[in-house]
Amino acid sequence: MDQTTLNIIVVGLSFCLYFGIAIWARAGSTSEFYAAGRGVNPVINGMATAADWMSAASFISMAGLIAFVGYSNSTFLMGWTGGYVLMAMLLAPYLRKFGKYTVPEFIGDRYYSTTARIVAVIALIVCSVTYVIGQMTGAGVAFSRFLEVDNTTGLYIASAVVFVYAVLGGMKGITYTQVAQYCVLIVAYTIPAIFISLQLTGNPIPGLGLFSTMSEGTAGAGMPLLSTLDGLLNDLGFNQYTTGSNPWLMALFTLSLMIGTAGLPHVIIRFFTVPKVSDARWSAGWALVFISLLYLTAPAVGAMARLNIMTTMWPDGVEGEAVAVEDLPDWFQTWQVTGLLGVEDLNGDGRIQYYNPGNPEMETMAAERGWTGNELVTFNRDILVLANPEIANLPGWVIALIAAGGLAAALSTAAGLLLAISSSISHDLIKSIINPNISEKGELLAARISMAGAIALATYLGLNPPGFAAQTVALAFGLAAASLFPTLMMGIFSRRMNSAGATAGMLAGLLSTCLYLFAYLGWFFIPGTAFLTTDQYLFGIPPTHFGPIGAMLNFGVAYLVSGMTAAPPQHIQDLVDSVRIPRGAGAALAK
Amino acid sequence: MSENNNEYWAANKRLITFCMVIWALSSYGFAILLRPLLSGIEVGGTDLGFWFAQQGSMLVFLVLIFFYAIRMNSIDKKFGVDEQ
Repeated sequence: MDQTTLNIIVVGLSFCLYFGIAIWARAGSTSEFYAAGRGVNPVINGMATAADWMSAASFISMAGLIAFVGYSNSTFLMGWTGGYVLMAMLLAPYLRKFGKYTVPEFIGDRYYSTTARIVAVIALIVCSVTYVIGQMTGAGVAFSRFLEVDNTTGLYIASAVVFVYAVLGGMKGITYTQVAQYCVLIVAYTIPAIFISLQLTGNPIPGLGLFSTMSEGTAGAGMPLLSTLDGLLNDLGFNQYTTGSNPWLMALFTLSLMIGTAGLPHVIIRFFTVPKVSDARWSAGWALVFISLLYLTAPAVGAMARLNIMTTMWPDGVEGEAVAVEDLPDWFQTWQVTGLLGVEDLNGDGRIQYYNPGNPEMETMAAERGWTGNELVTFNRDILVLANPEIANLPGWVIALIAAGGLAAALSTAAGLLLAISSSISHDLIKSIINPNISEKGELLAARISMAGAIALATYLGLNPPGFAAQTVALAFGLAAASLFPTLMMGIFSRRMNSAGATAGMLAGLLSTCLYLFAYLGWFFIPGTAFLTTDQYLFGIPPTHFGPIGAMLNFGVAYLVSGMTAAPPQHIQDLVDSVRIPRGAGAALAK
Repeated sequence: MSENNNEYWAANKRLITFCMVIWALSSYGFAILLRPLLSGIEVGGTDLGFWFAQQGSMLVFLVLIFFYAIRMNSIDKKFGVDEQ
């Protein structure tokens, strides 16, 4: 059986599993559609949150993202996990106690203002739509890579699969599918990682292998893996793996990711599905357990795969001869076809020299040894995860599992985002503003139609990604950090915060972040419309790091305006008091 | 809000502050800004700061969330505001 057939079988089986769950977990009420009837066990919710959170990018690209830069990109690891501490202590339990269905609903009720609610809906939709574009394109790419269908067909299949369980089951269907998707993706990620770690270090746990010494028979036998990697990179003129860049900017970027993570609505609403306030706290912990299983493995996978490729290119070490073209391993040939790896024998010596020609110190060595440039001309970072089963000589079904895992990661995140968008439309706009008299049945139908509409929109944007798609993730995190997180937090921690203050603060965060991004990246990311250049960063802060500054502006403006206007009415202050106390959360179960 | 509930909220805020200090110390501190101070401590071919950046901080976050959940459960009970 060839690899593509095997891939189709494994991916097909995983889809059958998702469809089975969709039929079993149909939503019969709005409570089930928006919050899975608030009956999800905290451990199960933790698993679903992990799948919700870990996107195609986490699965396919993160190991490479870390491996190509090393220490400095640890910011992603810390930022995308540290946000759960903020979530567990500052937001999730209180929002669960509030006991409604959407993030804008809390903002609208707490600040007794339809304006505030609409601003929150806008922030939510901008965050989630920009985020979902990447998931849809990711799913399309995963399909085309593994199943040999073209990108467009892949995207249609992905949309159809999400359509089945998201429209039928809403949050309930999505939750239990996400649990299945988590299992698929973590198994797919871990198996090749274990084998690679065993081969290189003899340690079956990749996270421990990263800090172990190399096994006998490998290039750096007896030396710590990281020293071997640092040494090789240094000899070839690349940046050292374990050294870093400007620590203040690293800290700022980490903070930006942490606050952004805690403010992303599709993650927050997952905590509305557990039965109790104490479950929301536990559940954040479980989510981090399941996320860490992948995030502790990712840096190990990255470092080990990079080391593997370096030793493949330099089988006798940097002092010896580079690999001959005809000696390149089979997997190298396979992946060259996909365009993710590419070699070109520039100096015509029949060997492939891989080094960093951009480093001036390499010039003498290159001249002496007759190198005329880096001959590993294409080295896509995704290869570090995708080619792992082949590098480790694992059987075909493991490769097929990676295909199913990548798709599971993309679909689970897309579904979570689509639910955040559609519930905001049907509940925050239709139910509360356009037609407050809508019946329970009518709202459930509206929710299903909104979901179908959101999927259609996401599919369209996935097929025709706007030119700025790559930059929009920075926008999503920036907006979540600058607009939603501070407003939610003040709604809980400040009894005195009033409607005028919160709305002004939210707008200040929203507008300052957009302005700062647009100033350097162009108005609405249209190339050529930027009016400031990258050497004119305010205090040297790049636009991707702006989240915490936007959040501070939000807090500052909110307190200033609130201080000058009247305190919120008594019933709002009572509401704040009630969300702070766990007792009575069950009452919100009443439908 | 009753006196009891005010005290409960103050206890919660104290616990959060304590957890946040450790949260910041393990990530912004040991992994980034204070890394030079830990450079003498070697772990698997590199220094302790690198370990904190790639694994340690994440493990600390995990412990913190579960610690917070357990402590809050007993604080909820102590002030009689737990869910029955």
